[in-house]
Amino acid sequence: MKKKTSLFDLFFTFFKIGAFTIGGGYAMLPLIQKEVIEEHQWLDTEEFTALLAIAEMTPGPVAVNTATFVGYQTVGVLGSVAATLGVVLPSFLIILCIAIFLPRFAGHPVVERIFYGIRPAVVALIGYAIYNLGRKILTNSFAYAVALGVFLVQLLFKIPPIPALLMAAGAGILYSNRRQKQMEEREAE
Amino acid sequence: MKLLGDLFFTFFKIGAFTFGGGYAMLPLIQDAVINKHGWLTLTEFLEVIAIAEMTPGPIAVNTATFVGYRTAGVFGSVFASLGVVLPSFLIILLIARFFRGLTDLPWAQGFFSGVKPAIIGLIGIALWRLGSAALIDFKSILIFLGALLLLIKGRLHPIPVIMLSALCGLLLA
Repeated sequence: MKKKTSLFDLFFTFFKIGAFTIGGGYAMLPLIQKEVIEEHQWLDTEEFTALLAIAEMTPGPVAVNTATFVGYQTVGVLGSVAATLGVVLPSFLIILCIAIFLPRFAGHPVVERIFYGIRPAVVALIGYAIYNLGRKILTNSFAYAVALGVFLVQLLFKIPPIPALLMAAGAGILYSNRRQKQMEEREAE
Repeated sequence: MKLLGDLFFTFFKIGAFTFGGGYAMLPLIQDAVINKHGWLTLTEFLEVIAIAEMTPGPIAVNTATFVGYRTAGVFGSVFASLGVVLPSFLIILLIARFFRGLTDLPWAQGFFSGVKPAIIGLIGIALWRLGSAALIDFKSILIFLGALLLLIKGRLHPIPVIMLSALCGLLLA
């Protein structure tokens, strides 16, 4: 049996999650797990796993997806608004402060040197993200072909990302239809 | 007013297509914010990513807040942040009503079997373009290789890696 939940509870819990999810992505899963499953029992482990699959399949950050979902399941539409605002507010406020104060330090030689070192590290972070995603996603030759094809098409023809994504989605639907048909034919024989 | 609308719709579009989260939206942001609107330069974009990595919250939201403030002040940051969050908010709200069964639909599985590897290709392009802006001399290539090694082989968290490379920048530049 799930406990009763107030809007304030939702807001404050997701504010806390939002304030400590440094690095984004899957870095905040353990914290969400602790707060949402163990402390408040808003979801059980099985619901949480299903939610992760949905978060993977839908656009948007996982933390925001979880907040919206849990808020709706516990209180309804108002709950999803409170939880979503809560999870976004900490980073909004912190980045606002940085954006306001950063220009004062820009051009300072020490800051320039620091960013000279940080920029290549960010490129490495992106390389690392490709390495991690690639190990999960590039599991067959179709996936390799799509990844390489999108890369080359973008590089050579400068097609914007969204049409490229939609074309890849179309290829994926065609490919999985054909594979299913082949499997059915094999079963029929 | 037009600028606020531009910010909102640009980040709404980014929010609607950032499957997989995190770095998957870098190519979209790059295309809209740098190429199309010229709201940031490549170098500034690298700095925003570093700041986003070191502060809490999703990178898409961080970038929206930062770019919004840069282009139109506090109101700009509110509009851009709302824009980037709204698509996933609305979609999850719909799914929360109808929930299960969605992950089993065959066409949805096909859709994602194409979209997921495409995202890797797109991030590859972001890597290519940002790399050509950041890796400008021998020292920066050295920092890049060192950071990549610490991440993959050393399994270090991104924050210490960024701090170490900041230190390298201080000492080497």
